[in-house]
Amino acid sequence: MIAIIDYKAGNLTSVARALENIGEEYLITDESCLLKKATHVIFPGVGAAGEAMNYLREKKLAAWIREWVNEGKPLMGICLGTQIILEYSEENDTSCIGLVAGRTKRFSDKMTESGIPLKIPHMGWNSVAFRRSHPVFENINPEAEFYFVHSYYPAPADDTAVLGITGYGINFCSVLAVENLVAMQFHPEKSGRPGLQILRNFCAWRPLC
Amino acid sequence: MLSKRIIPCLDVRAGKLTKGIRFKGNVDIGDPVEAAREYYDQGADEIVFYDITASSDERNIMIDVVERVARTIFIPFSVGGGIRNLDDMRKVILAGAEKVSVNSAAVVNPEIITEGAGAFGSQCIVLGMDVKEVEKTKKIPSGYEIVIHGGRKFTGIDALWWAREAERLGAGEICLNSIDADGTQDGYELNLTALISENVHIPVIASGGAGKPEHLAAVLTTGKADAALIASMVHYRTYTIAGIKQYLHEHQIKTRMSW
Repeated sequence: MIAIIDYKAGNLTSVARALENIGEEYLITDESCLLKKATHVIFPGVGAAGEAMNYLREKKLAAWIREWVNEGKPLMGICLGTQIILEYSEENDTSCIGLVAGRTKRFSDKMTESGIPLKIPHMGWNSVAFRRSHPVFENINPEAEFYFVHSYYPAPADDTAVLGITGYGINFCSVLAVENLVAMQFHPEKSGRPGLQILRNFCAWRPLC
Repeated sequence: MLSKRIIPCLDVRAGKLTKGIRFKGNVDIGDPVEAAREYYDQGADEIVFYDITASSDERNIMIDVVERVARTIFIPFSVGGGIRNLDDMRKVILAGAEKVSVNSAAVVNPEIITEGAGAFGSQCIVLGMDVKEVEKTKKIPSGYEIVIHGGRKFTGIDALWWAREAERLGAGEICLNSIDADGTQDGYELNLTALISENVHIPVIASGGAGKPEHLAAVLTTGKADAALIASMVHYRTYTIAGIKQYLHEHQIKTRMSW
């Protein structure tokens, strides 16, 4: 059973539809007692860091997520769910969950590529250069691209936490992976077949073994 | 590096495509869900559904279409046409669309942009603009005027001013349709597209006039567009999305080539 954490940060329909498509059972909840039934937890989210953290603290979910990861169980962060895994976000000057050392930064308004000013948010399809292999990213064509929509990006303090890098004005960490935790800035649920493959891989991942 | 997006647009009325789309073996497809799947398989980067709605019953049929599309394709898609208030937006987003686009309703009531961005995030809110070239005047300094109700009604609003204003109000993206070029298949309105795209900080989808892959190449370079909307040129199988992407690739325009 896959649990999708509902913390009122955007719409979870597309994650749920993607899991249905790959034949995984799931539940969507903000109750930690129900989350206990899960084997895998997906921590999605679209929205602002400040509001999201307030809700997570109020529901005691921030502490619950830390405990889940410390027990060695698999957690996948998506988009905002990735950004607030770090210690701090520049968005709303927010203190975050702190599972991974580092901070979430905003793209500079002055970025250019080949002399052309870049727009923010970074919206659309972009590639990811993977530094090493990882069970959650097996059987993914290196040419594959993924759907991004964000103005902030994760910047882990420890370089070994960086699994994938994407270029948009700067090279930023688009995928981070530490032991049983994997988190990506793009939306696998909206990234076509490669995205579904990532979700499939995650659901089959047994990091404790 | 970010890829330029190729976005087929499907017109839907009462749950059916308004014109049949010819796919494999020239079979006419009238079901928008089937058409969406076909374009998903061909490498569309996003899909736009435009709901040509006459009644509230038809709106409910559209919500059912959106739900079925969300179970079938796993790329972003947006729904426009007849979105008048926050409740209309909520229904479409909860049914599984990533984005909603507002056009005439935002001209009449610009707060709908701010309300929508506040409730669902700017990335969900696309401003659709229908634009006609006019004489440059004090009131319309850019020489491009916003028209509504399918191009029938001039509003007296300058298109460049409106694009900037929509960004300020919280729109996450602009879908810019040239009424002059629309339906001609003679190419996009490049001057208009470049003017808007260079003067806002949010992505611009060019719309109206696509007939050949060259037109997309021009609007994605000279026109400075971030994405290109296409309709007839793929609906009637004159071109495939994969074929268009191959052409753009050969002309050093980056699109998503693996799907």
